[in-house]
Amino acid sequence: MKSLKEVFERAKSENRAALIGYMPAGFPTSELSARLINAMVDGGVDIVEVGFPYSDPVMDGPVIQQAAETSLRNGTSAQDVLNLVSQIKAPALVMSYWNPIERFGVENFARGLSHAGGVGVITPDLTIEESAEWITTTNHHSINRIYVVAPSTSDARLAEVTRACSGFVYAASLMGVTGARNSVSGSASELVARIRRVTQLPIAVGLGVSNAEQANQVASYADGVIVGSAFIKLVLESNSDDDSIARVRTLAEQLSEGVRRS
Amino acid sequence: MEQKSILGHFGPYGGRFVPEALIQALDELDSAHKAALVDSEFQRELDVLHRTYTGRPSIITEAPRFAAHAGGARILLKREDLNHTGSHKINNVLGQALLTKRMGKKRIIAETGAGQHGVASATAAALLGLECVVYMGEEDTKRQSLNVARMKLLGASVVPVTTGSRTLKDAINEAMRDWVTNVETTHYLLGTVAGPHPFPTMVRDFHRIIGVEARAQVLELTGRLPDAVLACVGGGSNAIGIFHPFIEDASVRLIGLEAGGSGVETGKHAATIVGGTPGVLHGTRSYVLQDENGQTVESHSISAGLDYPGVGPEHAYLHDIGRAEYRAITDDQAMHAFALLSQTEGIIPAIETAHALAGALQVGNELGEDAILLINLSGRGDKDVQTAAQYFGIPL
Repeated sequence: MKSLKEVFERAKSENRAALIGYMPAGFPTSELSARLINAMVDGGVDIVEVGFPYSDPVMDGPVIQQAAETSLRNGTSAQDVLNLVSQIKAPALVMSYWNPIERFGVENFARGLSHAGGVGVITPDLTIEESAEWITTTNHHSINRIYVVAPSTSDARLAEVTRACSGFVYAASLMGVTGARNSVSGSASELVARIRRVTQLPIAVGLGVSNAEQANQVASYADGVIVGSAFIKLVLESNSDDDSIARVRTLAEQLSEGVRRS
Repeated sequence: MEQKSILGHFGPYGGRFVPEALIQALDELDSAHKAALVDSEFQRELDVLHRTYTGRPSIITEAPRFAAHAGGARILLKREDLNHTGSHKINNVLGQALLTKRMGKKRIIAETGAGQHGVASATAAALLGLECVVYMGEEDTKRQSLNVARMKLLGASVVPVTTGSRTLKDAINEAMRDWVTNVETTHYLLGTVAGPHPFPTMVRDFHRIIGVEARAQVLELTGRLPDAVLACVGGGSNAIGIFHPFIEDASVRLIGLEAGGSGVETGKHAATIVGGTPGVLHGTRSYVLQDENGQTVESHSISAGLDYPGVGPEHAYLHDIGRAEYRAITDDQAMHAFALLSQTEGIIPAIETAHALAGALQVGNELGEDAILLINLSGRGDKDVQTAAQYFGIPL
C-alpha cells in the first residue's frame, strides 16, 4: 500500500492534485459501501476517507447526516469501519468524531486501523489541547493525524495545529458544514496561502466541492481536493445498486480529470 | 500544550471538543467573560438589570406544610420561579446577552427543549435589541406549543429541527451548525453548564448569584448553614448555581436530582450521572447516555427541560470526587411531589423542579426534623399545566 506522501508526490509529478473521496461506512448497506468505495477508486480517487457514522455530526450538512442515520440504523460499529478499511484498494483514512473512537478505546482503534491497513484519521472535533493520548498512540502505530482548519483559524493557531498534523492538512473551504455548494468559497485560496507559510505538509481542500469544474479551480492552488456529499447524493438518487456504482464511478472519473492542472 | 490542556477542565472532564472553526469565537468569549468578571461597569449593568428587570434578589419561602411530609425537616425554597420569564434561566441569558453586545455581535442563537431557555433568550434579545433565532426539536415544538408562541410574540424566529430524535440534543446540533456558519456575526447563547469551554464556567458564574443570595438568606433566617442543598439536574445550570457557593462548606451536602423517567433500570430515563458513562458530547467530556459504539442514546423524561443525554462537566467532577451526590427521581415520584407542593403550599412548580422536591421528601425523611434543607425552586409550573393535567387525568 502506498503512503500518503507517495500519493501526493506522484500527483505533483503528474501536475495534478490528489483526489480524495469520502463515503460513510455501512451506507447504504455494509456490503454496498465496499463496492461503492472501490468504484470511486476505479474511477480515479487516490485516497479514500471512510466516514465513521455518529449520532451527533455537528460538522455535517443534511446529505451526510442522512447517510450517517442510515448507517447507524444498519448498526455500523467500529469493527465494521475497520473491516471496510481492510477491503479498500487505495490508501484509506477514517473520518470520525471523537466519541466513537474514545468509546472503542484510543489504543484499540489505532492498532486496529494499522492492522486493517489504514493510513490515517481525520478528527473534525478533536482539538490539539485534547490530543495528548491520541498523538502518543498514533505515533506508536504510525497512523497519520489529520486536523481540519478553517478560514477563522488565526495564523498562530494554524502553526500550532499543523505542527500536530501529519500526512496532510485538511483546509475547510468556508465557514460552515459539509455539503455541495454552487461555487467554491473565495476564502479557500487565501486559507491555503496562509497554511503554506507555516507548514511543508500537503494541503487538501474540502467542503462544497462537487464537480470537475470546482475541482479544477481548487487544484490550481491546493495539493488535494476532497469530495464527499456529491458522491453520497448520487447514491441517494440512484434507483439500483448497479446504478449507484456506475454513477459514483463516473463522477470519480470526471473529478480525476478535473484535478489535472492545465 | 501542557499548560493549555488545563484550560476549562474539571478533573478529567470539560475541555473543548469542537471544530477548529469555533476556536476563535470561544477564545473571544472566554476573554470577554474574564474581562467582565472584573469590570465594575459590566457588573453594575447586570446588577441593575437583575434588580429592575429580573426581580432579584429572589425570596426564600419556608414550606412547613410540605415539610410535614419530609420527616418534619425545615424546608426552605429559593424562589427562582418568581424571576421574570418564570425560571432561573434569565440569570445566564442576561449575562450572555450583555456580553454579546460587548463583543459587537448583533445576532444570538439558542437551543431550547421545554422552551424556557428559548423564551428567556427571546426576552433578552427584545430588551437589548438583538436578532434572535431559537432552534427547537420538532417534537418539542408540538409538546410546548405555548412557549413557541411566546417566543414568536417576543419577536424571535423559532426553527423546528427535524433531524435525529427531533429533541433538545438535535436542537443543539443544529445551533452548532448555524454557529459554525455565522460565527462572525452571531453569539451562541447556550442555556446550560455544558458545551465547550468557556460555557460551563461562564454559565455557572452567571447563576452563582442564586447560591450567593441563598447562603446569606439562610444564615440570616436560621443562624446556620443548611444540612443539604438540593436541585434538579438536566444539564445542571440551576444546580451548579446554587451548589457552587456552598462547595467549601464541608458540612453542607449537595444533592442533585436527575430525571429517572420510567426508572433507570428500564433504560427509559435521563439520569446521565446515575445511569451514564464518561464520554464526549456537544463539545465537552462528561457523563453521557451512550451505547457500546459511542452513539448517543435518546433520553426519556416527563420533563422536557431535563430530557437531555448529557450533563455539565463540573457535576461529573463533583460526583467523582464525592463532593456532590446524584440520585434519580422517576416521573411518578416527581409528579407526586408536584401535586404535593401545589396542594400544601399553593406553589405550582415546574416539573423539572418537582424532581428536586421529590428528593427533598427522601432526604428530609433520612435526616429527620432537626435538619434544614435548601431547595432551588428553579421554575414555575405554568408551562406544565397541560402535561400535568394529562398525567392526573384532569379534562382540558
